[in-house]
Amino acid sequence: MVPLSYYLVLSGILFACGVLGFLIKRNIITIFMSIELMLNGVNLSFVAFAAQWHALSGQVFVFFVMVVAAAEATVGLAIIIAVYRTRETLNVDRVNLLKL
Amino acid sequence: MAGAVNLLVQSHPINSALSLIAVMASLAVEYLLLGAEFLMATQVIVYAGAIMVLFVITIMLLNAGKEERTRGSRVALLFGVPGVLAGALLIGWTIVVHSNTAAVPIGALKGDPHGIAQLLFHDFLLPFEVTSVLILIAIMGAVVLASRPEAVVRGARKDAE
Repeated sequence: MVPLSYYLVLSGILFACGVLGFLIKRNIITIFMSIELMLNGVNLSFVAFAAQWHALSGQVFVFFVMVVAAAEATVGLAIIIAVYRTRETLNVDRVNLLKL
Repeated sequence: MAGAVNLLVQSHPINSALSLIAVMASLAVEYLLLGAEFLMATQVIVYAGAIMVLFVITIMLLNAGKEERTRGSRVALLFGVPGVLAGALLIGWTIVVHSNTAAVPIGALKGDPHGIAQLLFHDFLLPFEVTSVLILIAIMGAVVLASRPEAVVRGARKDAE
C-alpha cells in the first residue's frame, strides 16, 4: 500500500528534472531527452490517478501520450539530423537562424 | 529518481541516454505496482525499445561529444534552477498537504489488455484513428526532413518529368 501522494511527488520530481534539463542543457539531444522525461512524469501521475479512481481511461490516455511522444521523437530527431548537416553543431546557442 | 538526476549531471549525451533508460525501466516497474501490466509492456517496448534506440543511434550518427558551456546556459542556470526548485517544492507541498493520503492498493486495478482494448477500440475509437494519421504524418515528415535536400529536389524533378 503506497499512498497516492508519493506517486504524485515522484511524478512532480521527474517533471521538475525534465524542466531543469530543458533549461540548463545546451546539447539539443539532451534537451530532447528532458522532454521525454517530462512526458514520463506526467504519465506516472496519469497511471496513479487511474489506479486511485479505478478508471481505465487514464491508462488509455497514457497510451495516447506514448504515441504522441514516439511521433515527436521521430520528427525531432530528423530535424536534429537536418540541422547537424547544415550547421555541424549540436549546441542550441549556435543554431540561431531558421534558414538553412 | 537517481537516474533522472544523473541525466542532468552527465555532460556526455550517451550517458544521459543510458540513465534515461534506467528511468524508463523503473517507471515500468511502478506501472506494474499500480496494476497496469499492459502499460508496463508498452512502456518497455515503445520507450525503452524504440525511442531510446532512436536516440542512441542519433547520438552515434552525429558523433556527439561533450557539450560546451556558453553564456546563455549560465544565465539559464542562474535563473532556471531556483525557479524550478521553488515550483517543485510548491507543488510537492501542495500535494502532501492537501491530498487525502489514501493508499493505492497494489494491483487493485485490472490493467489487463482486455479492459484497455474495450476502451481503446470502443469509447476512444476516433482519437485512436486520429493518432494513426498522426503517426503517418510523422513518418513522412521524418523521411523528408532526414533526407538530403538535393535528393528531395531530384525526386520532385523526377515527378515533374
